Amino acid sequence: MSASPEPVLTIEGLRVEFDMPFGRLVALRGASLSIRPGEIVGLVGETGSGKTLVCRSVMRLMPPRGRIVDGRITFDGRDVLAMSTRELRDFRAHDVGMVFQDPFSTLNPVLRIGNQVAETLRVNFGLKKADAQAQAVELLRDVGISDPERRALSYPHEFSGGMRQRVMIALATASQPRLLLADEPTTALDVTTQAQILDLLVKLSAARGMAVVLVSHDFGVIAQVCDRVAVMYGGHIVETGTIEQIHDGAQHPYTRGLLDSIPRLESAGRSTRLPVIPGVPPEPTQSLAGCVFRPRCRYAQPDCETVSMVLEPVSAGHETACPVRPFAGADRSFAARAGAPT
Amino acid sequence: MSTIDVLEQPAGVAERRSRLAGVLGLSREAKIGVVILAVLFLAGLLAPWIAPYGQNQLNFTDIYAPPSWAHLMGTDGAGRDVFSRTLFALRLDLAIVLLVTYPPLVLGVFVGAVAGYFGGIYDATLARIVDVTIAMPFMVLVIAVIAIVGPGVKGILIGVPLVAWALYARLARSEMLVLREQPFMLATVALGYSTPRTILRHAVPNLMRSSLIYSTLDMVANLLLLSGLAYLGLGAQPPNAELGSIIADGQSAMLTAWWVSTLPGLVVVLFGVGALLLGDGLSDGKLRGALQ
Amino acid sequence: MLSYLIRRLALAVVVLFGLLVATFFIIHLVPGDPVRIVLAGRASPATIARVRHQLGLDRPLWTQFWLYLSHTLRGNFGTSFTLDSPVAQIIGQRLGVSAALIAYGMLLSILIGVPLAIIAALRPNTWLDNSIRLGTTLTFALPGFWLGLMLALIFGLKLGWFPVAGYSGGIVGILQTLTLPALALGLGLAGVVVRTLRSSMLEVLQSEHIEATRSRGMSELRIVGRHALRLSVMATATILSINIGFLIGGTVVLEQVFQLPGLGSLLVEAVEKRDYQLVQALTLLAGAAVVLASLATDVVQAFLDPRVRLSGR
Repeated sequence: MSASPEPVLTIEGLRVEFDMPFGRLVALRGASLSIRPGEIVGLVGETGSGKTLVCRSVMRLMPPRGRIVDGRITFDGRDVLAMSTRELRDFRAHDVGMVFQDPFSTLNPVLRIGNQVAETLRVNFGLKKADAQAQAVELLRDVGISDPERRALSYPHEFSGGMRQRVMIALATASQPRLLLADEPTTALDVTTQAQILDLLVKLSAARGMAVVLVSHDFGVIAQVCDRVAVMYGGHIVETGTIEQIHDGAQHPYTRGLLDSIPRLESAGRSTRLPVIPGVPPEPTQSLAGCVFRPRCRYAQPDCETVSMVLEPVSAGHETACPVRPFAGADRSFAARAGAPT
Repeated sequence: MSTIDVLEQPAGVAERRSRLAGVLGLSREAKIGVVILAVLFLAGLLAPWIAPYGQNQLNFTDIYAPPSWAHLMGTDGAGRDVFSRTLFALRLDLAIVLLVTYPPLVLGVFVGAVAGYFGGIYDATLARIVDVTIAMPFMVLVIAVIAIVGPGVKGILIGVPLVAWALYARLARSEMLVLREQPFMLATVALGYSTPRTILRHAVPNLMRSSLIYSTLDMVANLLLLSGLAYLGLGAQPPNAELGSIIADGQSAMLTAWWVSTLPGLVVVLFGVGALLLGDGLSDGKLRGALQ
Repeated sequence: MLSYLIRRLALAVVVLFGLLVATFFIIHLVPGDPVRIVLAGRASPATIARVRHQLGLDRPLWTQFWLYLSHTLRGNFGTSFTLDSPVAQIIGQRLGVSAALIAYGMLLSILIGVPLAIIAALRPNTWLDNSIRLGTTLTFALPGFWLGLMLALIFGLKLGWFPVAGYSGGIVGILQTLTLPALALGLGLAGVVVRTLRSSMLEVLQSEHIEATRSRGMSELRIVGRHALRLSVMATATILSINIGFLIGGTVVLEQVFQLPGLGSLLVEAVEKRDYQLVQALTLLAGAAVVLASLATDVVQAFLDPRVRLSGR
């Protein structure tokens, strides 16, 4: 294994709260994550686990009433949270790109596609109008839109969802950012288009050495393209590791539960019920002591009430926040082949 | 990548859209409206060249002549050709209508967009100012302004825009409140665009559509206001004619020379119908849900 | 609901205050000296100075505004220069005519508009509906004074059914002298009434809740009667209050057309004679009427519409 280069992004103890009229909501309770250059990291979790918020926090695009109250975000050694407005704009324009979830409303409906892409080249790179137009056409070609000269003259509503998402990707990567945040980019698309968009992301990442954070609630999507994955629950990151480490040897009970609840081909034809994690995710208004998953955990110990949600190493590159580690040693893939839940 | 092409045909063919093609794509209603308005604007524009007689060509031998081939709309009490007078009056009135409708639109949309985008105290203040402004009945307010500055076109050019901007501001503001939640607005910030660019280049073009549609209604209302004021003698002073003043002149002779008051009025009605058809056609008839 | 009403009331007060400020400035924005303009040539500088002092124009601006505010709230609108009587009195004399005209106009717009709207909603997209809709487009495009003139020409001069100038009181007098102008007002407004009522009735008639009622065999007439009618009351009230401005503007011109001694013609006279006190008072009155009308409608709507009542909006 080569020496690990400096991470391009480091998030430490990120805590995000919302000031609502009826009280304070804690949406992120101290998430930590680091991304190395060029790697594709998946961020998986249920709705409400805080995964979108992580991306938004990196760009400091907080939703109304949201505030970052604690933590550090470091990009290439620079403190993101301390950036001035000017530096932040620069940061967003050149260093990070974001792809949003709904392709049907992320492009300005009254401007032509080519103009929208050219605009970022003119504004953020000072290209002249003609150069920007030509470059925009090339960018559209790079993301797999055929006949880009003609297509650049269209309006967004003339494009399918998949094509719009490609345009969004072209826009976000036009500045050759070191990091791309993709928030559920394929959720609104059909399976075939999904695969194509994911392929595109992998291709771009490899070609440009661009790190990607891929957010999804669908583990299958993550498993297709990610090198590493981080599992989120209740505003915390509870486990991180490579795909193999997580898939075969997940140490956190939540991760296991998540994986178990994915329908598998082998169980088709057998009337086994899909295992479900009993209970519901914690309310953001609750303040929780100890492990945030404890109320639903089959393996909870008395100590779990006081443990802090810190990621501890399991093996090289594999970390978990579970102090109990009920599955230590048990190879999940063996159990999976047998068709029985662990 | 040819399989991708097959699977991902865009919803419509991306031809270069010319303005003409855009116009031809309008509904039938709207097209009729465009034609009517075009004819009227052209008539006004070309008045000095196509009017058969001068605006104030007196001819005391031919007083109150009924409509004929020589005088399409007859003559008035001083022998002036009503048709020619109407053309010149149309020219003046349409120019005023454009001046009091579109500059307030631009100002109003801008103010409303900014207030709606930033929200908070700016928005609250603007909303109150708009409420007070809209509370004034147009006609009374303009008359009050005319009381101050004196009769004539000046009073109208000052008075109407004073209130008109508020309507567009209100419209743009409420649309902006919805628009700013749209993902593409967030995306422009994520791309590092400055706030002025986000508002002016991205939000405003989206807001313009409904304001422009509403302006067709506004133009009609303004022309009606204008003619009413001219009728009252508070508009352009003689020898300049406005449609309303021609109608007023003919009132005393209505029994014997109905054409002087009636026919110019029909021109006003025609304008109204044209503008309304256009507005309705563009908005699928949802335009006049709430009248000002 | 109480909180909603209080907020609405507070808003109305703010707007009224804004109106007071705006109308106050009417006199003060006149280029030059208003008193000199009005009395021009007929008075010595001493007289002019005296009148100015009487009107308080030589005091500081703040004091003047305070005087204006306190006088107005007590119903003292000053004295008209040209007519030499208290403004309040003059207005009081002519208020009845205009009020009658507006009320009569509203009544006619309802009588004409509501049945047409119901018919249009019951037979949507037929030639009947389309011609009604075309008719409403036409009435909106008609200038009120022109319509008044045409009505006067046809029904007054040619057919002789109504007088075309002047006003007489009493029920018969009103019917005689105000019918034509009220008709001009009413027809203009009827267009809006038909449009709005028709579309809200269509919405209701096509809603699923009504489908359910229909499927239980209730006759179309009963459906219209029970549901549509209640809707009409609410919708019409809203329309009328929104269009008070239009009605006021309409009376100004129509009183000229038909030579009616109301507030509208008073305003025009006042402008021509540069009687700023009158202009000020009438403008304030008109603005206040609009504010109060919309406040009243909001209150009534709050009582009628359970959604507003319960949620407190």
